Amino acid sequence: MPKFVLLLRDAGRFDPNMSPAEMQAIVQRYIAWRAKVQQNGRAITGHKLHDKQGRVLNGAGGAMKITDGPYAEAREVMGGLFVIEASSYDEVVELTRDCPHLDFGSIEIREVQPT
Amino acid sequence: MTTSDPIALVDHLFRKQAGQMIATLTRTLGSRHLALAEDAVQDALVTAMQQWPFRGVPDNPEAWLFQVARNRALDRLRHGKMAADKEPAIKRELAAIESPSDAPMLRGELPPVEDDQLGLLFLTCHPSLAPDARVALALKLVGGFSVGEIARAYLSQESAIAQRLVRAKRALRDEQISFGMPDPADLPARLDSVLDALYLMFNEGYAATSGDQMIRDDVAAEAIRLARMIAMHPAITAPRAFALVALMLLHAARFPARVDSEGTLFLLREQDRGKWDQRLIAEGMRALDRASAGDRITTFHLEAGIAACHAAAPSWEATDWTQIVELYDELLALTHSPVVAMNRAVAVSRVEGALSGLAALDAIDNLAALDRYPLLPAIQAELWREAGDADRAIACYRAALGLARSGPEQRWLTSRLSLLV
Repeated sequence: MPKFVLLLRDAGRFDPNMSPAEMQAIVQRYIAWRAKVQQNGRAITGHKLHDKQGRVLNGAGGAMKITDGPYAEAREVMGGLFVIEASSYDEVVELTRDCPHLDFGSIEIREVQPT
Repeated sequence: MTTSDPIALVDHLFRKQAGQMIATLTRTLGSRHLALAEDAVQDALVTAMQQWPFRGVPDNPEAWLFQVARNRALDRLRHGKMAADKEPAIKRELAAIESPSDAPMLRGELPPVEDDQLGLLFLTCHPSLAPDARVALALKLVGGFSVGEIARAYLSQESAIAQRLVRAKRALRDEQISFGMPDPADLPARLDSVLDALYLMFNEGYAATSGDQMIRDDVAAEAIRLARMIAMHPAITAPRAFALVALMLLHAARFPARVDSEGTLFLLREQDRGKWDQRLIAEGMRALDRASAGDRITTFHLEAGIAACHAAAPSWEATDWTQIVELYDELLALTHSPVVAMNRAVAVSRVEGALSGLAALDAIDNLAALDRYPLLPAIQAELWREAGDADRAIACYRAALGLARSGPEQRWLTSRLSLLV
């Protein structure tokens, strides 16, 4: 079964003063979506990425450039990645269409090339 | 955790855990570290929000949250210790909070949360704070509500609530009020301070009929939960606490009949009594029984008694109005409140007729205090209509419309007026 990596980025739209109930509502939406993926018979695993800035390395032209990124300013509260096993891009896109993360940012889907 | 993830979290898990964790950390660290406990708990909840979507919900979410909150508190204490001085007291706190026996990871090992919550409730409802400050602080810290939610529940500005909270916390710190149950000698006065705040917490949310209904129902439910916790605690045994529980439950039983899905308001007289929550009425009646154990009659007893008369009545007409007038007489003697006098006048009109009710309204001491209160002209309008004086009724409905604060109130008055013009 092909594997797909979903890279979740957020645009820093989270309110830092969210209430406990509002935070729970957000968690609830994600876990409901995970459960739906599983109910479709698809395995899903995930990792949260640290919300401190990452580094982007660029070696083009011989001189290494290191920048903070990919976003220089916004704190990526919900940045992370999922791995989903599915039959095709079409299926993953269909499964991801109602992912709650799309209210907060973008999702990049890449198929893992089998060895 | 790939195939058997839970589909839903327990209702209000975050909100409940926020209050419990702040309470337990404040007991461990002392009330002067209240702000630290609050920040650590907020951190823990944010961490859960960030991690659970990706990793799945841990097997024991409560223990997971508590562990993270405890570690965050520890980080903050260590950091604060470096910045400030090396107080031996802080070292002892660190030792206490770090000891393995204090690191609960199994559900059964979680701290005795009810006692901690009561300890925090007595702190946040200390008599040195104004009643509205107690309400806001208890909702924020014990109840796990945010500033925005409290503001929505009471139709206030967020900045006003935030400022009230800052002042209240500063007052607790300046006066070095400690966490926990009061000494037995102080208990009666401290208990009154808590019960008055819970009454206000319930009533202010219950009274409003515009805006965010869901958050107000949550606030009323929280007031009931805390009042129950106080009433049932073995060290408290106060009949007046049961009276407060009874009055809250008997009012809450009518919530489902107050407003329909279109936001139309139904006064007690027009409510579909089939929608009243009989389970809450039964529990309220049992609480009222237990409230009668003492020999002191409080305003809570009298208000619960009035609510019980309504709850037991098959209809508005078949209500024991004579009993209600008697209860209002006693309540008025205790409170001298013009609002109580106004409600008493309605009961008088049911026993002696509309004109007697109108006379009772005119006879209210300090009637001017009700000048901005739309219910007064609305009641006068109803009574004039009953008495057959349509002109006076119309004038009173118009006066009430000019004072109405919410959409449902305005719609109700407009529909009553349209019956006459």
